[in-house]
Amino acid sequence: MFSNFDFDVIIRSLPYLFYQGMTFTLLLTALATLGGIVLGTLLALMRLSGFAFLTVPAAAYVNLMRSVPFVLMIFWFYFLVPYIGQWVTFSSRPIQVGAFASCLVTFTLFEAAFFCEIMRAGIQSISLGQVAAAQALGMTYPTVMGYIVLPQAFRNMVPVLLTQTIVLFQDTSLVYVISVTDFLGAASKVAQRDGRLVEMYLFAAVVYFIISLVASRTVGLLQRYIAIIR
Amino acid sequence: MNYHWNWAIFWEISPDGVHTYLQTLLMGTGWTMLTAAFAFIIALTFGSLIGVMRTMPSGFAARIGDVYVELFRNIPLLVQMFLWYFVLPEVVPHAFGTWLKQLPNASFYTAVVALGLYMSARIAEQVRAGVLSLPRGQRQAGLALGLTLPQTYAYVLLPMTYRIIMPPLTSELLNTIKNSAVALTIGLMELTARARAMQEFSFQVFEAFTAATVIYIAINIVVTFAMRLVERRIAVPGYLGFRPQAAGH
Repeated sequence: MFSNFDFDVIIRSLPYLFYQGMTFTLLLTALATLGGIVLGTLLALMRLSGFAFLTVPAAAYVNLMRSVPFVLMIFWFYFLVPYIGQWVTFSSRPIQVGAFASCLVTFTLFEAAFFCEIMRAGIQSISLGQVAAAQALGMTYPTVMGYIVLPQAFRNMVPVLLTQTIVLFQDTSLVYVISVTDFLGAASKVAQRDGRLVEMYLFAAVVYFIISLVASRTVGLLQRYIAIIR
Repeated sequence: MNYHWNWAIFWEISPDGVHTYLQTLLMGTGWTMLTAAFAFIIALTFGSLIGVMRTMPSGFAARIGDVYVELFRNIPLLVQMFLWYFVLPEVVPHAFGTWLKQLPNASFYTAVVALGLYMSARIAEQVRAGVLSLPRGQRQAGLALGLTLPQTYAYVLLPMTYRIIMPPLTSELLNTIKNSAVALTIGLMELTARARAMQEFSFQVFEAFTAATVIYIAINIVVTFAMRLVERRIAVPGYLGFRPQAAGH
């Protein structure tokens, strides 16, 4: 059972696991969260705009992303991103995209749908009276959104946005399916090379558990400080 | 673009020599549904149990429930699948481990258990929230009438709870179906895995993934529609989501 548990394989591979694997995971989580929130907020504004030519495509996009498995979307984008790159850069052939860039595009576009729903709820939590008051003062739509609605919407939604970030952090492990070396990918490579599956997967589970637990506890604490007192 | 579309690929024979590509995708759909169905039964059973424990007056039971939920929620599903599939057979007694490894359809059973327990933590949260949303007078009234605590749960609290948490349960069911795709990493040939295999053998990437996407969306629409019918039938009068039935005979 645990009698031949080899701690040494974990110690030996720590630099590889964290320097290469965890850096990838955390960087992907951070950048995809930022990109996802920006894109998600734009989608939310589209969905709430009231113009059919904006609401319909945004709603269709969000519903599409929410009804297919993330794994399938990772495969989709893995093959699609070179073509998107070709289209964006007007080149004649599909362009080569690195693993990180490909993952970043995938996660940003996918998570944007989820951040959109959070931001939509956030924007709708602001009372219409505030918007009416701002408009009565002569503010234009960008000013109302930028100075009145969005700052409060963000503040209300910070705990939910951060919780979604923790979900995203756990989701990054799925890049395993396209053989990218994130934290789990690194652990899995060592596990297969040294034939130490038990040690490496248990260690990976413990690391993910500790990071997610600490993060969610921190969000819980933050929630109390950040709440707007009414 | 220099991608060659070929939608007729679905009617060509796949490398297994018997079925067309379309048939392999439909077989994958069957595995997806089967895995999700069994996993959801496990999720509902354990989720209800743990969710109820977390609302019990006993601090000990609540504590165990909390630990359970934290454990299953804070480890990525993929890692949990690996733990069940690669690690469990190694850490149990040798004979049992060998039996586990030689089990036919091992990846299916593993996927059902891993997915079921992973989802049970989320369902436990919903059940707990549902029980706590009831006025506390209901529990007190049940106990005051002389019902035991289990009876109060069984006859007073839980019937209400399930009717209230039906909409979130629907989305957890949809999540179960979606998350079953992760089981391809342990070799379960469900829908996404079949689309991936089709792409590898036929090189028709986008046709394969389009078909899988369309099937997932169709499943989603059917499940959402069916659950909405159920929700409407069992909605509690006086709560949000209740629509009075049209009058008539």
